[in-house]
Amino acid sequence: MAQAHTTHDGSHGSYQSYIIGFVLAVVLTVASFAAVMTHALAPGMALAALGVLAVVQIVVHLVFFLHMNTSNEQSWNLMCFIFAAVSVIVIIGGTLFIMHDTAINMMSR
Amino acid sequence: MLGKLSLSAIPFDVPILVGTFLGVAVIGLAVLGAVTYFGKWGYLWREWLTTVDHKRLAVMYIILAIVMLFRGFADAIMMRTQLALAYAGNPGYLPPHHYDQIFSAHGTIMIFFMAMAFMTGLLNLVVPLQIGARDVAFPFLNSLSFYMTLVGALLINLSLFIGEFAQCGWLVYPPLSEMQFSPGVGVDYYIWAVQISGVGTLLTGVNFFTTIVKMRAPGMGWMQMPVFTWTAFCTTVLIMVSFPVLTVTLALLSLDRYLGMHFFTNDAGGNVMLYLSMIWTWGHPEVYILVIPAFGVFSEVTSTFSRKPLFGYNTMVYATCSIMVLSFVVWVHHFFTMGAGANVNTFFGIMTMVIAVPTGVKIFNWLFTMYKGRVEFTAPMYWTIGFMITFSIGGMTGVMMAMPAADWILHNSLFLIAHFHNVIIGGVYFGYIAGMGFWFPKAFGFKLNEAWGKRAFWCWFVGFYLAFVPLYVLGLEGMTRRMNHYDNPDWRPWLLIAEAGAVVIALGIVCQLTQLYVSIRDRNLPENLDLTGDPWGGRTLEWSISSPPPAYNFAVIPDIHGLDTFHTEKQLGRRAHNKPLAPIHMPKNTAAGAFIGAFAFILGFGAIWYIWWMAGLGLIGIAATMIMRSANRDIDYYVPVSEIEHNEEVYSRRIAAAQAAE
Repeated sequence: MAQAHTTHDGSHGSYQSYIIGFVLAVVLTVASFAAVMTHALAPGMALAALGVLAVVQIVVHLVFFLHMNTSNEQSWNLMCFIFAAVSVIVIIGGTLFIMHDTAINMMSR
Repeated sequence: MLGKLSLSAIPFDVPILVGTFLGVAVIGLAVLGAVTYFGKWGYLWREWLTTVDHKRLAVMYIILAIVMLFRGFADAIMMRTQLALAYAGNPGYLPPHHYDQIFSAHGTIMIFFMAMAFMTGLLNLVVPLQIGARDVAFPFLNSLSFYMTLVGALLINLSLFIGEFAQCGWLVYPPLSEMQFSPGVGVDYYIWAVQISGVGTLLTGVNFFTTIVKMRAPGMGWMQMPVFTWTAFCTTVLIMVSFPVLTVTLALLSLDRYLGMHFFTNDAGGNVMLYLSMIWTWGHPEVYILVIPAFGVFSEVTSTFSRKPLFGYNTMVYATCSIMVLSFVVWVHHFFTMGAGANVNTFFGIMTMVIAVPTGVKIFNWLFTMYKGRVEFTAPMYWTIGFMITFSIGGMTGVMMAMPAADWILHNSLFLIAHFHNVIIGGVYFGYIAGMGFWFPKAFGFKLNEAWGKRAFWCWFVGFYLAFVPLYVLGLEGMTRRMNHYDNPDWRPWLLIAEAGAVVIALGIVCQLTQLYVSIRDRNLPENLDLTGDPWGGRTLEWSISSPPPAYNFAVIPDIHGLDTFHTEKQLGRRAHNKPLAPIHMPKNTAAGAFIGAFAFILGFGAIWYIWWMAGLGLIGIAATMIMRSANRDIDYYVPVSEIEHNEEVYSRRIAAAQAAE
């Protein structure tokens, strides 16, 4: 238990970085709604655009609100995040690969 | 008011279950009566049930695992007996409805409540001691995890006497597990038992990951961590990545069953195969979650009893990490036959063969550790050598089935059953029993009886081969798993041999019980007492403190200078530290875990039987207990220096007594 009392080493953002993050998040959200509601893009394209915007949104949140960066005290957070991201890609990508291949092979689609 | 529950849910008409109920009731009342008679309720509640001490939680986990082993083994020997009888005109003694519940319960209980509980128990006992920590990172969560596991185990065993259990195998594949084909409560028992215990497992993963990352003694870098701690670390990573997948998969199945959705149904756009893929995305890492800590046990046991440092520490660490990563890219080998094309099957077949390579590296590491060592043939060493032989055979049959073309023939045959019992009994179970024998003196201060341990080993070892080699033959002869009756005369002799094997394994379990009894009876004999805290001449930090350790483990947190620092210092003759003592900050015991567990039981039981007011009550109870616990500020205390000094003095006197006896 004694070791649990280390100083709080999470880095905090500045006023400026929160504002930048907030503006970016709002822009990305508005862009997502616009991509669908203005019908400017074909449905397939709109879906792809939503996916890209969502991923960028995740990165914005991580960097500006959760203060993830490459500094020393954040290295564990960054490593965990990269590992989690790789696992998610393997699990979701693998599942899509398997299910797609099965559907083609079994002519169920 | 009572949902689906009525008196007809109680199986009065099945004599086996009525007999079991009477047996369980008698034993249960005897235990409760004994606790009352000796006036131990207060002690039990204050010292054990509300404890947040990782060592006591470890003991409770392992007791749970042993009880669940009895249950799981009873299922196993019933199945073997059914198949020894149910030939040609004889239908055997178990009707299909009952038999199907037994094989489903056997797998579920052995994996989730025997193996997982045992593994968590060993992690709890050893990891904080090996890294020089005074407790885990989140002591209250640790108690909560235990209660979640316990509640899962209670629910699954309750299905024996109220209602029924699932009849569709230990992973409840749809469409058979959908409402259309399983309208009873069996699958719901499965879902809630596994989901609730899954919460516990996930919390354990987070807890031990944080403990290992944040609470290592000063100077202990990553490559100075004992191998068991490394394996525990890899296991917690696997838990954190894979258990959420299980939770989601079972949640989707519950939505299908409770709300009439169509994730895995045959019609309305559901996809049955997606369930297979998702459940094995969890299921394959799960078998590594179980076996990787067993590899850690074997590493500690081999190097300690060969009186040598582990051969190739670095390769052992790298091999463990490679297995951790590779275990996420092999899951299709559980369902090569579902109809995926050659690309998918080839990729996953090759990855499965690749994962055998780091595992093979480990076998050589252990062999070379023993090579030219002064090997002491203690019971844990017996289990280790038995493991090396058995697991190698199991690994090779696994690589055979990694070839999709061969798997097409062997899939779901008894060959598969023989293979995974070969690795799970030969790897996981042998490992945990070796670990229990190895660390038992640390937990209780006396050794387990060697002679009965070796007898247990021989029964298990011989019984295993008698019970499962016939299944390899039967698999090649075309017998499929989960059969409850057969007409083929060629199969019968093999099934009779397998039954004999199960009986020999039963003798092994009897030997293990006798071992516990004899060890407790003879605990005060001088050759059994562990006065020094280092009964085996160990290498790692857990042996540097008294057995059993004080609640705070380490009076002074040790400084680490390299791998096996404790062993190096012993060689140099520097045992005693002379750092000043300081008051130690420790967590207070709490009943919150027990209460949340009780409410989770109410929630689970209500949801299984569609008693919604009851489920709601459970949910509210859980939330209220959480809030009360969060608002409680009185959760810690300081151990005064006088108490630490006293404990240290007692320990020094015991060491002196032991030295005088030599």
